[in-house]
Amino acid sequence: MSAANPHAESVRPNLLSTLVESVRRDAWLGGLAGLVVLLLIFTRLINPNYGASGIQGLAVSVLPLALAAVAQTIVVVSGGIDLSVASVMALINVVAATQMLGRSDEFGVGVAVGVLILGLVIGAINGIVIVVTRVADIIVTLAMSFVWSGFALWIAQAPIRSPHRWLSDLVNGSVGNEWVPKAFIVLAIAIGIAWIPLRRSRVGLWLYAVGSNQLAAFRSGVSIGRAKVIAYAVAGLFAAMGGLALTAITGQGAPLPGGFTLVSIAAVVLGGVSLAGGRGGVIGPMLAVVVLSLIQSDMTFLRLNSNLATVTQGVILIGVVMLGSLAQLRRTRA
Amino acid sequence: MTAQAQARHSQPITATVARVFRDQPLVPLLFLLAALMVAFAIINPDANLGGYVAATMRTAIPLAILAGCQTLVMLTGGIDLSVGATASMAGFVAASLYTGPDSLFVAVAVALALAALIGALNGLGVGVFRVHPLIMTLGMGLVILGAANAWQLLTVRTRSGVPPELRWLGSATEATILPVSLLVFVPLAVLILIGLRRTGYGRLLYALGDNPIASRLSGVKAWQVLLVLYVISAMLAAVAGFLVSGLTNVASVTLVNPKLLPSVAAAVIGGTSIFGGRGGFAGAVVGALILVVTDSLLSSLGFPEAVRQILFGSIIVIVAAFYARLTTES
Repeated sequence: MSAANPHAESVRPNLLSTLVESVRRDAWLGGLAGLVVLLLIFTRLINPNYGASGIQGLAVSVLPLALAAVAQTIVVVSGGIDLSVASVMALINVVAATQMLGRSDEFGVGVAVGVLILGLVIGAINGIVIVVTRVADIIVTLAMSFVWSGFALWIAQAPIRSPHRWLSDLVNGSVGNEWVPKAFIVLAIAIGIAWIPLRRSRVGLWLYAVGSNQLAAFRSGVSIGRAKVIAYAVAGLFAAMGGLALTAITGQGAPLPGGFTLVSIAAVVLGGVSLAGGRGGVIGPMLAVVVLSLIQSDMTFLRLNSNLATVTQGVILIGVVMLGSLAQLRRTRA
Repeated sequence: MTAQAQARHSQPITATVARVFRDQPLVPLLFLLAALMVAFAIINPDANLGGYVAATMRTAIPLAILAGCQTLVMLTGGIDLSVGATASMAGFVAASLYTGPDSLFVAVAVALALAALIGALNGLGVGVFRVHPLIMTLGMGLVILGAANAWQLLTVRTRSGVPPELRWLGSATEATILPVSLLVFVPLAVLILIGLRRTGYGRLLYALGDNPIASRLSGVKAWQVLLVLYVISAMLAAVAGFLVSGLTNVASVTLVNPKLLPSVAAAVIGGTSIFGGRGGFAGAVVGALILVVTDSLLSSLGFPEAVRQILFGSIIVIVAAFYARLTTES
């Protein structure tokens, strides 16, 4: 499919057909998509005003988390876990906000490109430390989360206002039809440029191979170290996009990391990506991010205590995973 | 195997040192701790060392208890990300139910019972329904946080602050050097150490983490072991929560959350493998002390919070890497 349309313009139809194809193939994704539709209908029922602007708001509010979830997916698929996603996002957020402050838009674009490269480098450092020290991924990224948020705090001790029209125009509003929010397009383009080609390439195969069975991958000639570093580097790139999205949406640089790490893990697992590695894609986690966000906004519309949303998210996370593992248990017993 | 390791090193002295470190991982850790404390004493010649030791212990004890939760759970190859929420909840519930000295027992008992319930749910999820521990405890953490927040809104008028008994337990010091919280910590530590080394239950934890299939084939009922394990972990977390709220004189539903990741770090620095089957509580205690001493050392050197965090993270990686080298060579 990608060989036939190698151009960037083909990203959207390509992504759509991928979506349709995988929904048909995977019942889990189908269930998630059904859940999204049900939640959207429910939202419309309890709040008749929920329309195009609601969808736009939804798209903008899920963008940073969605990018964090992509980052987490890439690492989890290749058999690791990244606890430093939120810290990297905070660092990039702060770097972007401080460097763009008071500069021209052209310079700002340069900064945006620069911080994305910085994210790639940061991710690569995470990966290199894991490969060189041979310490478990979860420990290294936990420790590195202190390091990166320390750097963020070094650059800015308090949130810095740094609103940029061009940057916020990039994610707010819609393209063409008012039902197509820009933030969704940004997300699709990001995934289409930085993940889909990689996944279809030989290197993408490496990532899945290493995540599925390291020893087998090694014996088939895959360089495990290189694969891991690439996975973490690309994850760093997506975390940087998430940080940049934060700068765009909030118009400020906040040095304290938000709760993106744990929620991104939740989204990845809800999205049907196995924590054991080697299985899953980014579409499931994207749907999961929307589900989590819709639950939150529905609770607000229902005037329910917002804390109940936290409880519900936890219950859904546990419940869905429980269903999944029960189904798997039955399959292995049968 | 040892002969091979020796042959690989050209100098026999380094080989001996490496072997000692490998067989007794506590030794290098204690050296590191001693070095850090000596460094502190040199940097702060005027410091009141007795007071410093007491303050270090007061801060390290709740962290060590939480690291104990992680150690026990990590021995079976799991992780408990709900200890922060559980501990905060326990401290908060105890404070909100407390109306006077007579109600102390009820307040603490209710908090402990809630913690036990949380642990039982965690254990059921992990043991019976085979949910990945990371997900189970992560989700449970969200549930606890939300429920505790809702409870906070309901009880905001009747709250009366941290019970003075808990404040005493968490923050008082006897004879300038002995914090009262040792009264709680020492019996708990002895129980955990003996429980891990000398009881069948402790051995089951190691067995489950080392090889779950082999232990199932040998007749271990994993779900029972895990159920009890997560109940123990949650109740330990509750005790740590009491101590932290007593130490800081704060009852908040997010109070202990910042100690969650350091508790994992302390367990890892203490030599417990995240993959299960290897480690112990003594290491976790030393690990917690190292983290607390490092933090106070860095702040006494006048480093800003930012640099402290960076060095803190680097130290965790370096110590863990050191361990990985030692243990993979054998």
